[in-house]
Amino acid sequence: MHPEGKTSLSPRIVDAFMAIVGKENVVYGEQELLVYECDAYTLEKNLPNVVLLPRSTDQISQVVKICAQEKLPIIPRGAGTSLSGSVLAVTGGVMICLSRMNRVLDIDFRNRRALVEAGCVNAWVTNAAKQKGFLYAPDPSSQSACTIGGNVAMNSGGPHTLKRGVTTNHVLGFEIVFPDGEIVWLGTRPDGSEDVPGYDLRGAVIGCEGMFGIVTRVLVKLIKAPQAYKTLLGIFESVDEASQTVSDIIAAGIVPGAMEMMDQMITQAVEAAYHFGFPLDAGAVLIVELDGLAAGLDKQADRVVEICKKNKAREVRIAKSEQERMDLWKSRKRAFGAIGRLSPNFLTQDGVVPRSQLPEIMRFIRQTSDKYGLRIPNVFHAGDGNIHPLILYDERDPQQVKNAVAAGNDILERCIELGGSATGEHGIGVEKIDFMAKQFSKETLDAMKMLRRVFDPETRCNPHKMFPGSKRCGDFAGKKQISA
Amino acid sequence: MSTQAPERFLDYDKSLACIHCGLCLSSCPTYLETGNENDSPRGRIYLMRAVQDGRLPVAGAAVTHIDRCLGCRACEAVCPSGVQYGNLLEHTRDHIEKKHQRSPFQTFLRRVAIEKVFPFPNRLKVALLPARIVKSLGVEPMLPKFAREALSLVPDNANSATLPEVSPARGETRGRLGFISGCAMTAMFGETNQASVRLLNRAGYEVATPKTQNCCGALYAHSGQLELARECARKNIAAFEDGKFDAIIINAAGCGSTLKEYDHLLHDDPVWAERAKKFSAKVKDLTEWMAPEMATCKTKPSDCKVTYHDACHLAHAQRITKPPREIVKAVAGNNYVELAESDVCCGSAGTYNLTEPEMAERLQNRKIENILKSGAQIVVTSNPGCLLQIKAGLKKAGSTVEAVHIADFLDRAACD
Ligand SMILES: Cc1cc2nc3c(=O)[nH]c(=O)nc-3n(C[C@H](O)[C@H](O)[C@H](O)COP(=O)(O)OP(=O)(O)OC[C@H]3O[C@@H](n4cnc5c(N)ncnc54)[C@H](O)[C@@H]3O)c2cc1C
Ligand code: SF4
Ligand code: SF4
Repeated sequence: MHPEGKTSLSPRIVDAFMAIVGKENVVYGEQELLVYECDAYTLEKNLPNVVLLPRSTDQISQVVKICAQEKLPIIPRGAGTSLSGSVLAVTGGVMICLSRMNRVLDIDFRNRRALVEAGCVNAWVTNAAKQKGFLYAPDPSSQSACTIGGNVAMNSGGPHTLKRGVTTNHVLGFEIVFPDGEIVWLGTRPDGSEDVPGYDLRGAVIGCEGMFGIVTRVLVKLIKAPQAYKTLLGIFESVDEASQTVSDIIAAGIVPGAMEMMDQMITQAVEAAYHFGFPLDAGAVLIVELDGLAAGLDKQADRVVEICKKNKAREVRIAKSEQERMDLWKSRKRAFGAIGRLSPNFLTQDGVVPRSQLPEIMRFIRQTSDKYGLRIPNVFHAGDGNIHPLILYDERDPQQVKNAVAAGNDILERCIELGGSATGEHGIGVEKIDFMAKQFSKETLDAMKMLRRVFDPETRCNPHKMFPGSKRCGDFAGKKQISA
Repeated sequence: MSTQAPERFLDYDKSLACIHCGLCLSSCPTYLETGNENDSPRGRIYLMRAVQDGRLPVAGAAVTHIDRCLGCRACEAVCPSGVQYGNLLEHTRDHIEKKHQRSPFQTFLRRVAIEKVFPFPNRLKVALLPARIVKSLGVEPMLPKFAREALSLVPDNANSATLPEVSPARGETRGRLGFISGCAMTAMFGETNQASVRLLNRAGYEVATPKTQNCCGALYAHSGQLELARECARKNIAAFEDGKFDAIIINAAGCGSTLKEYDHLLHDDPVWAERAKKFSAKVKDLTEWMAPEMATCKTKPSDCKVTYHDACHLAHAQRITKPPREIVKAVAGNNYVELAESDVCCGSAGTYNLTEPEMAERLQNRKIENILKSGAQIVVTSNPGCLLQIKAGLKKAGSTVEAVHIADFLDRAACD
């Protein structure tokens, strides 16, 4: 535990919090705080001083004002599914958790938008809209649990990002409490038009990893659910051929809704877990989903089959029913869970490379696997060139823990060399701080810091994240890690 | 906060299967209510591990939040990593009961009410007697709140009809089934049991209800009394072993999930492990058995809106969600409406409403709100605990919506 983490808050401050959010919504004391020492990234841990579970924007503003007076760090938290330690209370502080602000407030089908509280679970938005044939497009694999506020902070994507874009393309505006307690609305208002004059401050906040304030209500876009889907499963002898297919499909001017790849090792694990019927001896499988108007889909599907065959696909299957399509996606989205069956621990990386470099990075991953003697299965958003190598290790062997971290670093460095980046969607958090200096010049980093100070001059909001030179927690224990 | 590392009670691999991803959070009823990570499945597993590792004592936070768990296993059904939450919970509760000193009132509730009365239909009938007298005298307002809450659950028309040892099939005999009568079912829903047997007879099955069967042991297993649960299991296995049954049918979801897990419960018992496996493999929920029969079962269509509440121990523990819907839809047709949050626990959870009355009431209110919003006039379910909880909630809300067991629902609609 970090020495500063131990300083407990004075009872006066705790009482003031209790008076605002209610006694039962203040989580206090070391035993009760233990579960808040990490998010889904469990390599580093530290306790916050207190966790608050407010119910309204007004309550948040009031507690944030106290934090400003008392110069206390604030850490916004949604569902805590971040994979990069973005919610870690590095030096303690006041964690403000949006889990009780989780309602869908209003759906305006005519204007195709929904107003939700920031703690609303991503999947609940689509659930509320689907009866009328609408959906909220960004679909992170964690969508059944992660919150819209967390998605805004991380600018999250998902398999269907390929065609529809990430969170920033689907958030019209939101209400945010700045670190001094001021409440403002950025971007389109719930009753306003989509054109907002002036700078796009909404866009500046999306992806800020919780460092610019606490988002409290969000106005999201709804889109009409596609009239029809065609979901194909290409079965290939090798990852190279499957990767080439991905490039060729895009080059042919086809934009699938999603294009996802799994290599042999992960396919075997997924098959053991969910019994979908994947071939166990294929080098790679590629899921290509086409969506849109029913009319043109068959022709597009024929084209995709042709391209797969040209790249020596052994077989191309087409999902025969909505149930089969759902089962296929379930297997894909829950793939990382199956990995728990292969290894006691694993570490995931979230690098990005230009699509054309996919075969190269996959070759490099194989070499890295040999070099460190660790198995590295892969499941990833192939269409975006967003890889998720899963480095398998056993935490009981310290050498393996070291090797796993080293292998992860090698792979990310190679991604940057190939013209990509160290994270596609999981964010920097505390985990990838070191890569910021590799990826950006000092000037660029300084510019980012200047932007941050505009919103948070005291850098009290979610401190010690993202920027090189931040404080770190000492406790580095090899623990299970997961991927999307 | 460190304490001495305690004896091992968690299966190391089973607890490590949790990769802390948090995908279970939004399906946990207690987390939906409090928003506190301690009241979430991921949080509770973290607490269990912390107790196991000696980071937390068997007291305070760990006990509070593990007590508050409904054991509904919604988390288990959604976990991508295959974490066996129910198993981890039972072993942790067993450990807590051994190591933790409870208040005299809680001890009374747990040791007397739950262990000595509920599992015995006859004692339960006697215990219900004063409740019925109090109700008929109309002096409920004079009782303390916790007693009033408990009392509100006693159905006004509890009935305890018993079953004959063998009920013959109607028409040609297609097979022979064993029937588990259940404690609460026998004591309070005797007529539902009769309806269940009637349905099976009508479908062409002879039904035997051995007198030597006893409580399934679910209440013991869930409250951390594994040895007592094992004793129940052995008696039931013996009672049904010689019957040559095609299947063993149960109409109470809570009991069903325990009966199906006898093989886990007796896994380490060399004499019983194999026999338990055979027994568990034969157990079927009434809806699992009846759904395929619906094609040939003639029913009168219902003329009002009907909805269905998923009993946790059916939907999550046994993963049975389609068969009961097929049955209800077969009768209700276009009058069927889906219930919002249909698989979020109603707060009954066995004896939970006695040990954690506050959370039980919050979840009861949540369930009733959803039922009222659905616009249904009938809500169907498949577990006695849920029925009691929902009936009491509807009554409190002054609603005319009727809660019925799926066996009664189908029996009423069936025509020859
Ligand atoms: C199994 C699994 C699969 C995943 N798959 C994907 C995927 O496909 N794509 C993807 O992009 N990510 C994925 N993730 C990562 C993660 O789910 C996303 O980053 C998600 O957006 C985090 O949401 P959350 O509610 O859990 O936020 P948290 O983890 O609680 O917080 C994340 C960050 O957001 C900030 N924050 C949270 N709420 C607010 C708020 N209201 N206002 C301001 N800041 C806030 C926090 O301070 C923190 O910096 C996956 C994670 C897991 C565990
Ligand atoms: S129980 Fe399962 S779903 Fe929940 S955090 Fe653990 S691994 Fe994830
Ligand atoms: S069993 Fe139910 S109440 Fe308990 S942690 Fe799981 S989902 Fe929550």
